[in-house]
Amino acid sequence: MNSEKVTAADQVEPSKTARMLEVEILRYDPDQDEAPYYQVYQVPCQEEWVVLDAVNYIKDKLDRTLSYRWSCHMAVCGSCGMMVNGEPTLSCHAFIRDLPDRIKIEPLENFPVARDLIVEMDSFVEKLSSVKPYINAAIEKTPEEGTYTQLPQQLQDFQLYTQCINCLLCYSACPQFALNEDFVGPAALALAHRYNLDSRDRGRSVREDVVASNLGVWECSFVGACSEVCPKHVDPAAAIQQSKIAATGDYFMRFLTPWKKTTKGQKSSKEIHDEASKR
Amino acid sequence: MLNVLHHDIVIIGAGGAGLRAAIEIARDYPDKKIALLSKVYPMRSHTVAAEGGAAGVAKDEDSFDKHFNDTVSGGDWLCDQDAVDYFVQQAPKELTQMEHWGCPWSRTAEGKVAVRPFGGMKVERTWYAADKTGFHMLHTLFQTSLKYPGIERFDEYYSTELITKDGQCYGVTALDMRSGQMRFFRAHAVIIATGGAGRVFPFTTNGAIKTGDGMAMAYRAGVALKDMEFVQYHPTGLPGTGILITEGSRGEGGILVNKDGYRYLQDYNLGPPDPWPRKKAMELGPRDRLSQAFWHEQHKGKTVETAFGDAVHLDLRHLGEAKINERLPMVRELAMSYMSVDPVNEPIPVRPVVHYTMGGIDTDIDAATPLAGLFAAGECACVSINGANRLGSNSLTELLVFGSRAGKNAAEFVRAGQDAVDEDQLLACASKASESVMALFRRQGSESIPGLRNEMNQIMEAGAGIYRSEDTLKLAVEQLATLKKRFADIELADKSNVYNTDLIQALELGSMIDVARAMAVSALNRRESRGSHQRLDFVERNDRDYLRHTLASYQGDDNPAIDYRDVVITKSQPAERVYGGQSDEQ
Repeated sequence: MNSEKVTAADQVEPSKTARMLEVEILRYDPDQDEAPYYQVYQVPCQEEWVVLDAVNYIKDKLDRTLSYRWSCHMAVCGSCGMMVNGEPTLSCHAFIRDLPDRIKIEPLENFPVARDLIVEMDSFVEKLSSVKPYINAAIEKTPEEGTYTQLPQQLQDFQLYTQCINCLLCYSACPQFALNEDFVGPAALALAHRYNLDSRDRGRSVREDVVASNLGVWECSFVGACSEVCPKHVDPAAAIQQSKIAATGDYFMRFLTPWKKTTKGQKSSKEIHDEASKR
Repeated sequence: MLNVLHHDIVIIGAGGAGLRAAIEIARDYPDKKIALLSKVYPMRSHTVAAEGGAAGVAKDEDSFDKHFNDTVSGGDWLCDQDAVDYFVQQAPKELTQMEHWGCPWSRTAEGKVAVRPFGGMKVERTWYAADKTGFHMLHTLFQTSLKYPGIERFDEYYSTELITKDGQCYGVTALDMRSGQMRFFRAHAVIIATGGAGRVFPFTTNGAIKTGDGMAMAYRAGVALKDMEFVQYHPTGLPGTGILITEGSRGEGGILVNKDGYRYLQDYNLGPPDPWPRKKAMELGPRDRLSQAFWHEQHKGKTVETAFGDAVHLDLRHLGEAKINERLPMVRELAMSYMSVDPVNEPIPVRPVVHYTMGGIDTDIDAATPLAGLFAAGECACVSINGANRLGSNSLTELLVFGSRAGKNAAEFVRAGQDAVDEDQLLACASKASESVMALFRRQGSESIPGLRNEMNQIMEAGAGIYRSEDTLKLAVEQLATLKKRFADIELADKSNVYNTDLIQALELGSMIDVARAMAVSALNRRESRGSHQRLDFVERNDRDYLRHTLASYQGDDNPAIDYRDVVITKSQPAERVYGGQSDEQ
């Protein structure tokens, strides 16, 4: 991270309403670079722009070799997470008007860098998969049998945790994940909690192996950075704390009802969990 | 030596339709080996951005016939009616299946799935998950797909060319974007589910990934693109960004007013304005009519000027903060973030924006293309259930109904086993396809990829927008032909193998130019006005000559060849489309 290439400002024709921004971007191409370095671009920005617009400007007008992910430009596809001035940020939702004249953009922290602003995210997808994030019904209904009854209150119980867009910002902010890359982590644990709380689901015990393991909720030190950076206000920290209570309930339940095998204990642990959430 | 991977079925695209197809096969044909390829991780697919809902009969007073009639008249009688019949009957089953898979549908007080009114629909039948329906459907499908180990995902693989021989499809070549290596996915059937091509236009709700790659692949492999002249403008996008403000906001009671605060839609055969809300009237008219009304208001000088062009006002204030927060939380958030407007206190400036391609890969009611072994579903395909104008909330259902059908029929095709072919010849074709991508690294030229893309966008906007004419379309067709020649003169600035997005953008631009040409030439040849295709020089619908699907066939550098096929009509004879108070009598 030593050398610094500067792109000439005279390549740019600023429009009347433009504000010049110095954008410093971490560059790394494993094909060609021995080490990452920073490159600075002068970008004439419109006040309404988001950081992603500035990056797109660089890609289109200044440097075709810059690589990054993006698609929807409306904060729902979750592709364009980056570090902006050291903060995990969704670049399509970070407004130039709120930023100083010089900004630094880097790939999301705590993930291996594949190239420039693109990080390797396979481990995240594996973690999502590991919590079995799908309905595990007691008996599978056919479409002909119609929908489940779910009261608005029952929907509200888990609705918040359905809002995750898998943008990885929470992993980038998490001090525990920084120390231990095997930590299941905020988004995946919040998703497990989402299905555990769903009135249609009976699969909590099959998720418990991962959720209640040492790499699951117990690894979390409740700093709450995940919830602070979440662009969708999912509050994974709360999900993890609630899961801890539920997991503790399971633990004591084993002594109270030793005749119940874990697989058959789903309903009663759900009840316990419900009580725990009410407390 | 080209790396070859063997699967029974390759699915290209992992949005709603691709995931639904994959689950269908994995669940019902567990012995079949599936490769699910996408140029992005599945949850990035553009299904994620759909907001308002998914249509399917739910209420006692509703019926399949009513959904059928709304869809067929909404499509200005260009829909194939056998396909619409199948679609409306399957719709509730598929939406119920989504409910079983955990989709967080919004609920009534009694705990039933709630439905909301939508444009052009006579009865409330749009299932919704607040105003993030596509997001919830996509994530539900993706998460459910994780249950099936039979689905092998190849995330961030960009598919480049279908490998065909003697009228049958045997797989696809794809670029592993991470390594830059080409692969040949040899398969017994291929399903394309790559979405639409809104990025051909400059101002669109579509994400950056919607570049018509799958359409172009099928087209170049000899499958016609059907009804490509029909491009939907959504009437309510945010000026500047083109961010979609869902029709659900009008379904919940939002109104559109011009600069005088006047509900101008009553001047365009959509009134009377009261009592409100009235189904199939005013703000709940179909999208083509609403976008066209904007154009007329603009030409009368009745629109509001903004820094990003003319707009009208979408007023939600009378709904109140509580209802806006419950039913339209994302609309509020988007308007506040991207327009600095809180819809609780102020109207939202909106304008028409390119949203959906009704046309696409020529498929039949079985999701099959004329090329044996090739299937297609979702926005990339044209069955056609959408005809000349899609009704809002039919497309999320379409990707389920025809996604599952494509999966089933592809699996049945493989089971029937018509796949005796010389593997060496296939490998030679695949190697040639792979080499043509690698050749881009060596190509020298003077044209810029973003430069040509920008020109293409401007050509389409000027020539093939909401209103078209012989002059504008002819010019667009000529300019696009020149653009195609100039495209041969691009040079990559990035020569790296790893995540070379310069290369990906070059390939996407190649797809978009071919798709744009199919759109412009199809539009030039349709000398009538129907649904979203409005000609200033041929203002009437002409059933005698054009109650037919356009079929555009690829001819390399030359303009596509145009042919026509009769529309399938079973029980609804073409009639006048009636909206507003008059539609009550229908």
